Amino acid sequence: MGIMVAGAAADAETLSTGTNMPAIYQRLSAADLREALRKMLLTRRFEESAEESYMRGLIHGTMHLSIGQEATAIGVCVALRESDFITSTHRGHGHCIGRGADVKRMFAEFFGKEDGYCHGRGGSMHIADVSKGNLGANGIVGGGIPIAVGAALAAKKRKSGAVVVAFFGDGANNEGAFHEALNIGALWKLPVVFVCENNGYGMSTSVRRSTAVPNVADRAVAYGIPGVIVDGNRFADVAEAAFAAVERARRGEGPTLIESKTYRIRGHSRSDRNRYRTKEEIESWIARDPIKLFTADLKKFGLTTEAEIAGIRQSVEEEITAAIEFAKASPSPDPAQVTRYVYSN
Amino acid sequence: MAIAMEEDDRVFLMGEDIGVYGGAFQVTGDLVHRFGEDRVMDTPISELGGAGVAVGAALAGMRPIFEFQFSDFMTLAMEQIVNQAAKIHYMLGGAVSVPLVMRFPAGSGTGAAAQHSQSLEAWLAHVPGLKVIQPSTPYDAKGMLLAAVADPDPVMIFEHKLLYKMKGPVPEGHYTVPIGKAETRRVGRDVTIVATSIMVHKALAAAEQLAAEDIEAEVVDLRSLRPIDTQAIIDSVKHTSRLVCVYEGVKTLGIGAEISASIAESEAFDYLDAPIVRLGGADCPLPYNPELEKAAVPQVPDIIEAVRALVRRKV
Repeated sequence: MGIMVAGAAADAETLSTGTNMPAIYQRLSAADLREALRKMLLTRRFEESAEESYMRGLIHGTMHLSIGQEATAIGVCVALRESDFITSTHRGHGHCIGRGADVKRMFAEFFGKEDGYCHGRGGSMHIADVSKGNLGANGIVGGGIPIAVGAALAAKKRKSGAVVVAFFGDGANNEGAFHEALNIGALWKLPVVFVCENNGYGMSTSVRRSTAVPNVADRAVAYGIPGVIVDGNRFADVAEAAFAAVERARRGEGPTLIESKTYRIRGHSRSDRNRYRTKEEIESWIARDPIKLFTADLKKFGLTTEAEIAGIRQSVEEEITAAIEFAKASPSPDPAQVTRYVYSN
Repeated sequence: MAIAMEEDDRVFLMGEDIGVYGGAFQVTGDLVHRFGEDRVMDTPISELGGAGVAVGAALAGMRPIFEFQFSDFMTLAMEQIVNQAAKIHYMLGGAVSVPLVMRFPAGSGTGAAAQHSQSLEAWLAHVPGLKVIQPSTPYDAKGMLLAAVADPDPVMIFEHKLLYKMKGPVPEGHYTVPIGKAETRRVGRDVTIVATSIMVHKALAAAEQLAAEDIEAEVVDLRSLRPIDTQAIIDSVKHTSRLVCVYEGVKTLGIGAEISASIAESEAFDYLDAPIVRLGGADCPLPYNPELEKAAVPQVPDIIEAVRALVRRKV
């Protein structure tokens, strides 16, 4: 159970088949790939528009933007079936969109409105469309990981065939919940995939300054499960590893820990003044923008055209504009209903 | 639990050493032989992970009953109980429920000292989204457990360890005792004693002795801390005009403070003939020495003395 570098494995495979095209581009249809690109663009524009709405005073509270991490969220979700589940994080807008949530209701939640997914009770950190198998974003670092293991236990008990993905950041890998959840998931061979989005920093503290091993994936060895490192800015690498891990889980062979190495282009939250990293570092990652890399790939392999991409961008723009209008028009929750939803009955 | 498991195959048990060992207090007994290891699951010593797994399983359609070996160990799992189980329904605007039962063997009297003897129920009762109950009789232990399993929300059951050996009438088959309703265990005219868990029995013993002095105490078994049946206490106090709260948890900022304040805020305040009295655990960790241990929680003579002083107090 060593550490596997998925990108390298994929390269070896493409060499042996004699084509440059990553296997995942052959496995997914051109329509699937364009849909993945659409979701990445939708996530990007959701985040940018969220930021803009904040600047314009339409939103109070905080938010955690995933700009630069879209290939991980969408690359993992593409490997899931409708009946599968995820648990998400405070930086969870991409996961939500990956699972097919409606940006109208996402924006409405962001704006704190009654039509939001959580009727204005959750906000940015808790947006989730449960009907799409999203068991919730989480404000507590590492909080969703044991919950994902529990959902996987339920899937195993009910023989539903469902797989559960636990998304979390690099910060979570030093929480006890991460270790306890990996142990139980591995011990009981549950259908769960642990996806660490390593964006380099837990708030301001770099992985190097917080984590005793060089890679989060190295932690897998302690639990006897595969640890896989992927280039988190390359959709193909992420999707390839996600499919392998999800299929392994579905076969009943237990969990995989995927470490997706990526980068958070924006600050941690609104309060971040970027004092812990350099402009050069940020720019070097902007140069590796996952959407840029993915569109270049799709064009290179003739899977889409410039015109098609322009069409997708246009439809995303329209969707975002309509969503913001919907959110603005949605009523605020009635303050007299503040204690509603504390209990089910 | 066996009835719940027979009736509903979504119900399963999780906890430390609840399988062949039968649980630290033999509550699960031989259930593992009857239902198998898939439904009576030994977890690693991993309270946070185990509690989180139970939350996730509940979210995804199961009905887990999670046993903490000692209630003290809930401190290792507070994140999942307080931030997750209690809040998920609300945070997600009612889109999902967490039908989870957690059982907490609690209380002192076993010589287990400071880290295995606490009564921390008030901690959890402070958290909206949880239901917190403390059955005091075998009848209620069964009926409230079955009510808890049927409840769509997380229900925390605090079971006093000294009550596990108590005998009392328990009907066969399925019945439930509602969560959120207090029960008057003894009717009296002179003073209301509101007690929880094992203190109900101490209050009843005190009431018997006080009756010999012609002091008739009414004993109200609170049974449920959240939701709390304030109305039952108000009704009783309006009738007796005096109130004593008896509980094993630390007195300061405990359940007695909540009861006292609720009565002070209510129409029953005008009926009071004397100040409200709280008898709770001492402001110290639970000690090992048996005499010290007894001194740290209210005992029958403490209740008798408090009631006597209250009733004979010149108005």
